Amino acid sequence: MAGLVGIYTIWYRELKRFLLDRARIIGSFSQPILWLFLLGTGMGSGLAKVFSRGGGTEMFPGTGIDYLEFLYPGIIGMSILMTSIFSAISIVWDREFGFLKEVLVAPIPRYSITIGKALGGSSVSLLQGVILLLFAPLIKVNLSFLSVIKLILIMFLVSFSLTSLGIVIAARMKSMEGFQVIMNFLMMPMFFLSGAMFPLSGLPEWMEKLVKLDPLTYGIDAIRSTILGAHKIEVAGKVLFQIPTYPLSYDITIIAFFGAIMIILAVVQFNRVE
Amino acid sequence: MIIEARELVKEFNGLRAVKGVSFSVNEEEIFGFLGPNGAGKTTTINMLCTLLKPTSGTAILNGYDVIKKPNEVRRSIGLVFQDPSLDERLTAKDNLNFHALIYGIPKRERKRRIAEVLEMVELADRQNDIVRTFSGGMKRRLEIARGLLHYPKILFLDEPTLGLDPQTRSRIWEYIKDLRKKEKITIFLTTHYMDEAEVCDRIAIIDYGKIIALNTPKKLKKQIGGSVVTITTARNELAKKLLKERFSLEAIETNNSLRFEVKEGEKFIPQLVKRLGVEILSVELHLPTLDDVFLKLTGRAIREETVSKRELMRKHWRRR
Ligand SMILES: Nc1ncnc2c1ncn2[C@@H]1O[C@H](COP(=O)(O)OP(=O)(O)OP(=O)(O)O)[C@@H](O)[C@H]1O
Ligand SMILES: [Mg+2]
Repeated sequence: MAGLVGIYTIWYRELKRFLLDRARIIGSFSQPILWLFLLGTGMGSGLAKVFSRGGGTEMFPGTGIDYLEFLYPGIIGMSILMTSIFSAISIVWDREFGFLKEVLVAPIPRYSITIGKALGGSSVSLLQGVILLLFAPLIKVNLSFLSVIKLILIMFLVSFSLTSLGIVIAARMKSMEGFQVIMNFLMMPMFFLSGAMFPLSGLPEWMEKLVKLDPLTYGIDAIRSTILGAHKIEVAGKVLFQIPTYPLSYDITIIAFFGAIMIILAVVQFNRVE
Repeated sequence: MIIEARELVKEFNGLRAVKGVSFSVNEEEIFGFLGPNGAGKTTTINMLCTLLKPTSGTAILNGYDVIKKPNEVRRSIGLVFQDPSLDERLTAKDNLNFHALIYGIPKRERKRRIAEVLEMVELADRQNDIVRTFSGGMKRRLEIARGLLHYPKILFLDEPTLGLDPQTRSRIWEYIKDLRKKEKITIFLTTHYMDEAEVCDRIAIIDYGKIIALNTPKKLKKQIGGSVVTITTARNELAKKLLKERFSLEAIETNNSLRFEVKEGEKFIPQLVKRLGVEILSVELHLPTLDDVFLKLTGRAIREETVSKRELMRKHWRRR
C-alpha cells in the first residue's frame, strides 16, 4: 500500500514539474521538429539526387519512402532518449537541491521511489512522443488508429527502459558536472549508432557490432516498422536497405528484456543510496 | 522515553564522525544538541531519522528500531534539515501537497491540515507562489510547516535558524515554543547558538563525535562556580602563572585574553587588581553561559569566527 502511494506520488510530481515548466515543454518538441525539418529537408533533397540519380524524391530506390519519412521515427526515438535520460538525471538535481532527502525520509519503500521515477520519466517521454506523432500528416505519413495504439505501447516500453538506464547512472552521480560526460559518451553515441539517421545496411563490421549493442537501435527499429508499416515497403528495397532491420517481435523482446534488467539494476542501485 | 540512542557509531571511509553516542529523550521534551562545526550533530540526526545506517549501535524512536522498522520510525518523525530541501520549482502549496500525499494523509484531512500549518507559519497568503521567489526565512518557515503536516510525535530541527537574520530567528523560536504549548510533541534540535540552546529542557554538548556533558542548561552552568572573569593583560603568560601561584586559579587563554571562574566576582576583582602584579588592561565579568561550559570542558570556544563565515555561505545558498 505504502509502495503504491509512493509510486503514485513520485510519478505525479514528475508530471507536474514537466507541465509547469513551459520552457521545457516548448523546447522539448521544438527541438526535434527543427531537427526533423531542417535535417530531413536538407539531407533529403540533396542526397536524394545522388541516390536516385535525379529521378524523384525517393531516397531509397525501390522502397517508396523518402528521407523525411525515414528520419521521422528516428527523431521520435531521439527525443524519447533525451527526455528519458534527462528526467532520470533530475535525481541529481534533487540531490543537489536537497529535495531528495525529503523523499528518502518519507515512509515509503525505496523501490517505490525508483519505480515512481521511472514511470514519471517515461510518462513525460511518452507525452513527448505522442506530441511528435501529431506531426505525422505533415510528413505525409498515414497512421491508422491501431498503429497509433501500437506506437504508444512501443514508445512507452522504450521510454521506460531508457529512464531506468538513466536512473542506474544517476543513482551514483553526486553532481551535475558529470552530465556533459554522459551526453558525450552515452547519449550521442547511442543516438548516432541507433539507425535514427541512416539505414543500418552495409556498415563496417565494428560498427555493426556497436549498433547491435545499442538498445535504441531496437527501439527506433520498432517505431519505424510500425510507422512505415502502412507503406508496404517493397521486398527488394527492404532487403537492400534493411528497413526495418529486424522483425517487430524481435525488437520488442530485446527492449523488454533490456528494460527489465535496467529497472532491476535501478532499484538495486537506488536502494544503496544514503 | 521517546528516543533512545544506544552507542551510535558512524564511520565515513575510516573517519569516525560519531564515536558511540548514547542518550535518551523524554516525551514532550525539547532536547538540544550543542556543538561546534563537524561535531557530528547532523550525522547523529541522520542516523536517528533513518537516512544513514549506523556503523554500529542502534536507536529506538517511538518504540521502533531505526534499523529494523525504518518506515514506522519515518512515520513518527518530522524533519527540518540543516540545508534547504524544498522543491523550489513548485508552489508552497504543491510542496505541502506532495508531503501530504507521500505520508498518506487522507484527502479530506489534507486540505484542512495544509491550511492549518500555512496559517501557523503565516504563509497562507503566499501559498500559490513558486518557492523560488521566497526569502530564506519564508523557506525555513515552510519547511517547519511541512515537517508538522503529518502530526509527527518527534520533530527534528537541524540548526533551524542558521543563516537567518535576528528577527526571523526570534520568529521561528516563537513558533517552536508555541508548538510545544499547543501540541504533544517532542522536539530534538541542534544548534551552535548559545542563546538558542538555553531554550532546551536538556542539552547534550557534543564535541568530536562524543557527548561530553548532558544536563539541563541550569545545571550545566552550575558546574561553573559563581561567575566568569575575562581579563586582558600586558603579559598573559606571566599573568596566567601568577593567577595560579597567588590565587590558585586555572585560567584558559583564548583570543588573547584569560578566562577563569571565581565564586564572588564583584568582590574578587579589586583584590585581583591589587595583588596580581601584572598590568591589567581590561576586566569583564559575567554569569556563566553555555559557552563557558563548553570552554571549560574542551578548552576551546565554539568559534564565532568560523560560524559567521559559514553562515555567509549558508545565507548565499539559501538565497539561490
Ligand atoms: N557523507 C559524508 N562523508 C564523509 N564525511 C562526512 C559525511 N558527512 C559528514 N561527514 C564528516 O563527519 C563529521 C561530522 O559532520 P556533521 O555534519 O555531523 O557535523 P555537524 O555537527 O552537523 O556540524 P555543523 O555544525 O557544521 O553542521 C565532519 O567531520 C564531516 O566532515
Ligand atoms: Mg550539521
